[in-house]
Amino acid sequence: MSGGVLYRPGDSPVHRIPPQVKLLAAFAAVLGVVATPREAFWAFGIDLFVVLAVWSVAGVPVGWFARRAVIEAPFVLLAVVLPFVSGGPRVDVLGVAVSQDGLLAGWNILAKGTLGVLIALTLAATTQPRDLVLGLQRLRAPAWFVTIATLMLRYVDVIAGELRRTRIARISRGDDPRFLWQAGAVARGAGTLFLRSYERGERVHRAMLARGWAGHMPAGPAAPVGALRWVAGGSPALVIATAWAVAAWPV
Amino acid sequence: MTASVAMHLSDGVLDASTSVLFGAVAVAWLAVAAARGRIDVDDRTAPLAGLLAAFLFAMQLLNFPVLPGVSGHLYGGALAAILLGPWVGALCLSVVVVIQALLFADGGLTALGANMTNMALLGTAVGFAVALAARGLARRSRAGLLAVAFLAGLVSTVAASAGFVVEYAIGGQADVSLGGLAGVVIGVHAVIGIGEGVITALAVGAIVRVRPDLIYLVRTSETRELVAA
Amino acid sequence: MGGGRVAGVSALDVRGLTYRYPDGTAVLHGIDLHVEPGERVAVLGPNGAGKTTFVLHLNGVLTGTGHIEVAGLPLSPDTMREIRRRVGVVFQDPDDQLFMPTVADDVAFGPANFGVTEPELGERVRAALSAVGMAEHADRSPMHLSEGQRRRVALATVLASDPELLVLDEPSANLEPVARRELAEVLLSLDRTMLMVTHDLPYALQLCPRAVLIDNGVVVADGPTRDLLADADLLAAHRLELPWGFVPQP
Ligand SMILES: Nc1ncnc2c1ncn2[C@@H]1O[C@H](COP(=O)(O)OP(=O)(O)OP(=O)(O)O)[C@@H](O)[C@H]1O
Ligand SMILES: [Mg+2]
Repeated sequence: MSGGVLYRPGDSPVHRIPPQVKLLAAFAAVLGVVATPREAFWAFGIDLFVVLAVWSVAGVPVGWFARRAVIEAPFVLLAVVLPFVSGGPRVDVLGVAVSQDGLLAGWNILAKGTLGVLIALTLAATTQPRDLVLGLQRLRAPAWFVTIATLMLRYVDVIAGELRRTRIARISRGDDPRFLWQAGAVARGAGTLFLRSYERGERVHRAMLARGWAGHMPAGPAAPVGALRWVAGGSPALVIATAWAVAAWPV
Repeated sequence: MTASVAMHLSDGVLDASTSVLFGAVAVAWLAVAAARGRIDVDDRTAPLAGLLAAFLFAMQLLNFPVLPGVSGHLYGGALAAILLGPWVGALCLSVVVVIQALLFADGGLTALGANMTNMALLGTAVGFAVALAARGLARRSRAGLLAVAFLAGLVSTVAASAGFVVEYAIGGQADVSLGGLAGVVIGVHAVIGIGEGVITALAVGAIVRVRPDLIYLVRTSETRELVAA
Repeated sequence: MGGGRVAGVSALDVRGLTYRYPDGTAVLHGIDLHVEPGERVAVLGPNGAGKTTFVLHLNGVLTGTGHIEVAGLPLSPDTMREIRRRVGVVFQDPDDQLFMPTVADDVAFGPANFGVTEPELGERVRAALSAVGMAEHADRSPMHLSEGQRRRVALATVLASDPELLVLDEPSANLEPVARRELAEVLLSLDRTMLMVTHDLPYALQLCPRAVLIDNGVVVADGPTRDLLADADLLAAHRLELPWGFVPQP
């Protein structure tokens, strides 16, 4: 994919961390967040602080993340509903009796879900899609995965190109592409779009084979990642994991 | 269609051990799928799986409202099963789920195992089972095939959401009444599944007319008659 | 590389090639073609004759029935990789061919797949790009180039793999007159066995001493390009036409 949907080009230290390091760090960080006991409010504060620090190093504004985080909206709904539908002892919040357990569960989803989305967005904002696949390739993702993912990213361009061509062809012939119209036409045309893209995709696949493609990107041997870069790239995850360890320590 | 609560689970809905458990379930299932459904670089399955993955990914950018608070996009479990068969279909969908989580933050990273189990594995397996059971109807006529595609889309969506109910029962973070939860989740997804079924049927209908050879379910000598019908 | 010629072994030998697309369209009906090392052969024919389909068989991207041999090596699943290294195909539509984020990455894709590593890889990329006059665009995205520029880069992607047999599907389409002439100079300087599909008959005459005419999936004429182009009845029968005012010297 030439321009990732969420990728923000940049040359910050965060952008430059090798993708395999970033992937592992992101997974470790989210796992640390999820494993943190929900009553350890302070730990989530530390996690958020770590995420903010990474953003400032990456040079991506907070507002950008805030707008993208709405993908999580359905879960906010769940978090809001839980206090009302859960069982167990009740507490009063603003004069309304809600389930104490539900309240905590709601908070849990809200805090962990939000942090999870923010961490994943950080990864997406600072890593090119194809580097993500390269990172997975270096982390020994199975061959089938790398093959499908590589073709998938290539084909997203093909599909976008087909959509653009179809749209231009329609406008030039007097169609009025208002958004709703377009959504309807796209829904109806999904099968056609699929076919057009597939036939082009077949040719693209042939062209790749013709140049000796063997299912993965010819990345060459990965430049060895020094211990220092692993530590630097992994440090945010390390802080989050420490917060988890302290919070989860049986006292 | 997804983007509802029960699919693309976010982090924090399931506890850590359940997340890891379903990660293991997904990995084991995918290992079997990879052994049974070969992806050969030189073969047609590779571009078809790659294109379907890209297509589902692109369709996600075209969200449309289903119910207030629930927007939908083609999720594709049944479509993948019908086009690629249950094994390669599962591989294809799992790539979509992983890439969506990494590029769009859609679905939590720790919930990847659960999300793959629901959408990539349960959804395609159930979608294929339905299509297989009704294969006689699918081969009888074009309308029959579309009806089967619709049904497979509908049932696979409900099955994927039922997977969520099971996971929540094992590792959910609040004690809500499971019966109530199941009722709501499955009820909502029955509605969402209608949309999924319609789009699946439309897509399969368009494809079978021009390239019946691309459809795993009917990739036999009977395809020619089907096109003629 | 580039040579590897063994006396007595032909560069390309195709016998009885037939092919039908998966949707049932039968396109090739028994193509025979024999090319000697160092020959430059033009492949002519009307739209839909099956030229592109034929070309896609030469490196095993499509597999019909029949026999194909490249420099003595029969095409089979086992030899596919070696055949693809030997045969470089420049596709008709450069958009099918180019996809990496930068022009240089794209040119490096083929040789890297065939195991060429730095520093030779960078050297090949530079050489291929300067051969087509695109060296200064190395770091741009192929998506942002004009059609003619993309066509030149597409050629560079194949040149970089240093194939023994170069197959070009309509290389001069959409090129400005100067670029078209420059491309001819590049191709003539390559000293490589070459198969060139084209609708540009004067170009065929300039570049290729020999021409084959394909129509309806079979070779209907094969001979010196000059003789083919002088045969007005043959051209008319297969929907080929010389540009207005163009008279090939006998
Ligand atoms: N993917 C495909 N599926 C089915 N039929 C195809 C496909 N590609 C090409 N054809 C058909 O095969 C025939 C030969 O096509 P081909 O592209 O080889 O022609 P061509 O000689 O290269 O034509 P042109 O001069 O227009 O490039 C045409 O009738 C075309 O419709
Ligand atoms: Mg052609």
